[in-house]
Amino acid sequence: MNHDTDHPDTHASQPQAAGWTFEIPPRLRFLDEDGRLADGATPPLPDDRVRDLYAHMSRARIFDDRLLKLQRQGRIGTFAPCFGQEACQVGSMAALTSDDWFVPAFREAAAALYRGASMKAILLYAMGFEEGQAVPRGVRDLPVAIPIGSQIAHAVGLAWAMKRKKDKGIAICFFGDGATSEGVTHESINFAAVLRIPTIFFCQNNQWAISTPRRIQTASETIAQKAIAHGIRGIQVDGNDVLAVYAATKEAADIARSTGMSTLIEGITFRRGVHTTADDPRVYRTQEEEDAWVKRDPIDRVRKYLEARGSWSAEDQATLESRVNAETQTAMAEAEAFRDAKPDALLMFDHAYAQMDPYLARQRQEAEDALEGRSVLQTISKRIGKTGSSSVVGELEEAE
Amino acid sequence: MTAINQSAAPSTEPMKTERITMVQAINRALDEEMARDPSIILLGEDIGVDGGVFRVTQGLQAKYGNDRVVDTPLTEAGIVGVGIGLAIGGMRPVCEIQFSGFMNYCFEQIQPHASRFRQRTCGSQTVPMVVRAPSGGGIRALEHHSESEEVMYVHTPGLVVLMPSGPRTAYGLLKAALRSPDPVIFFEPKSIYRAIKEDVPIGGGALPIGKAEVAQQGTDVTVVTWGAMLKRTREALADLKDVSVEIVDLLTLNPLDHDAIIASVKKTGRLVVIHEAPRTAGLAGEIYARVCEDAFYHLRAPMTRVCGWDVPFPLLAREAAYLPDKQRIAAAILKVMQD
Ligand SMILES: Cc1ncc(C[n+]2csc(CCOP(=O)(O)OP(=O)(O)O)c2C)c(N)n1
Ligand SMILES: [Mg+2]
Repeated sequence: MNHDTDHPDTHASQPQAAGWTFEIPPRLRFLDEDGRLADGATPPLPDDRVRDLYAHMSRARIFDDRLLKLQRQGRIGTFAPCFGQEACQVGSMAALTSDDWFVPAFREAAAALYRGASMKAILLYAMGFEEGQAVPRGVRDLPVAIPIGSQIAHAVGLAWAMKRKKDKGIAICFFGDGATSEGVTHESINFAAVLRIPTIFFCQNNQWAISTPRRIQTASETIAQKAIAHGIRGIQVDGNDVLAVYAATKEAADIARSTGMSTLIEGITFRRGVHTTADDPRVYRTQEEEDAWVKRDPIDRVRKYLEARGSWSAEDQATLESRVNAETQTAMAEAEAFRDAKPDALLMFDHAYAQMDPYLARQRQEAEDALEGRSVLQTISKRIGKTGSSSVVGELEEAE
Repeated sequence: MTAINQSAAPSTEPMKTERITMVQAINRALDEEMARDPSIILLGEDIGVDGGVFRVTQGLQAKYGNDRVVDTPLTEAGIVGVGIGLAIGGMRPVCEIQFSGFMNYCFEQIQPHASRFRQRTCGSQTVPMVVRAPSGGGIRALEHHSESEEVMYVHTPGLVVLMPSGPRTAYGLLKAALRSPDPVIFFEPKSIYRAIKEDVPIGGGALPIGKAEVAQQGTDVTVVTWGAMLKRTREALADLKDVSVEIVDLLTLNPLDHDAIIASVKKTGRLVVIHEAPRTAGLAGEIYARVCEDAFYHLRAPMTRVCGWDVPFPLLAREAAYLPDKQRIAAAILKVMQD
């Protein structure tokens, strides 16, 4: 582990990993669309681990599906489903440990759940409560980051802090194909490359940035190749093959830990659902495209793989589904109980600064007086947006 | 609410109007101006095929082509920086930033460049560009989608900052923006995008930049406000029948209509300013200062303001505790009446 020592002369030391040639290797894949292992390939994980990954992916899918229903019922606000991207998120997380930092964008519920985030916390955030973002102290997860690309820099800083403290962790950040157009993405990757800060840049290329297709987001043939210009490793994986994602991330993590070399992983996947809950993909993409990706679904694929190996049964499936459904229901009951217990509407004052100055304290009092005991928490939507009619976030009041 | 009073089109015929929302009014202004001026080019994220995330540019790409209504890569600094080049190069770019909360990425282009080109080149190179962005809260949106950042741009000399308060003013002000020789930041209060319908002219003219409108005449109290807070103020006044309130709707936030504010305060002797943005260093402070300078001896009561609190904008569950509501507005008006 030589990343424990800072490189005093970053220009002199070409940050190359042993044997790395700065070419983009062929896209990594273990499982084909029917879950068949590639000829001659050895699975990177034993079946009991794969069963575990499959269970995590399914759990995220069931939860995501439930969130969508809750949003349609007006019980939670807008959110960005992770539908279709479970292999990218679970496969990568499985290759890392809780000593590593996890830096999400805003579509990484599957990764967050794998890391141990509670369904209740995710629900509270979707209901608009800051309490849902209160990451337990000591947990190396950042909350979601909505300004596109902004979080990538934070991952580099977190990885750098660990390097300075001789901590064994590395950092992984997630971002989309759209984020590759923002300056901060490249500023951050360059920073990590030059200072040799061990970071994994995981781009979930889900083919769309809202209505903007990948083809008009960048003229590069691959996103992975952008790594070459920055002087770090770049690889493409089949992002709907959880084994490939696991193997790619594991290798990137091993190299990062031992050499400080960063990797840009491009996971080829597809946003199977809406961008967010008020978006209508029918405006900008075809049914044929969506259908093509149904066949490549990451969850079906790994289940077929396990079934063929006799490692997953209909009974296992039924048990899993009933366990996760119950878990989801309990979490929602807990989140709604939290809401119904009338949490303080003025919490926003309490965490703005370490210490509230007297003038701010006076404003808090004014706010409390103005409420006169009225409950102004907005917990149930009065206007559940018709998809596609108005906005991709939030709900607009409509004139008669 | 009917006919436009300051229409630029000198016509004896009554203007044809249609009752539409602010989204439709902005769309119409863009459409009519694009037909008039071939140098206008729209650029932004998801504005073409999708018609923008609020559907403001719906139909325009189909009508004017994808070289005039351009779905750009996801880069705010790029959109505005390239827009500056387009403007200096003789085009008239209209940059859509999906939400004002994401304008921080392009502030580095707006402040050092858009606002300064005219001055640094003694007027030889100018940036006639419009940056449009939905702003403000009130729609139960995600994080970073509800802030009101107008004062950051008002505090950047060289920019014109506009904020309409409904369909009619959105239409007239955007027409003015598209004819302005200076860069314009055009904030669209998203909570009223579809909440109000008004008669908006077809083929109408521009409203003047730098002019406030007296939205309601009164004699006891002046309320100065803008954007979505005009509607909120009107809602508050419905419960305050005994007070004669004059509402000054600023419309242009920079340059401020100084004379209109001073004249109204001299008339009423009382001032309440209402804005969504945080209180400290909000525009109310500047308005207070000007009143102190030019109408101090006309004041009959201490001025007051109803603003967002001095804290980061909360998530949606607590949004209503942050934004000025009709109760707080009414209480402020009653308070200046008692003082
Ligand atoms: C700086 C910034 N600009 C615009 C947006 C609005 N926005 C939210 S998601 C999104 C598309 C992101 O696409 P991508 O990076 O591919 O991620 P995906 O949504 O596909 O997961 C946009 C434009 C934003 N959140 N931040
Ligand atoms: Mg994407």
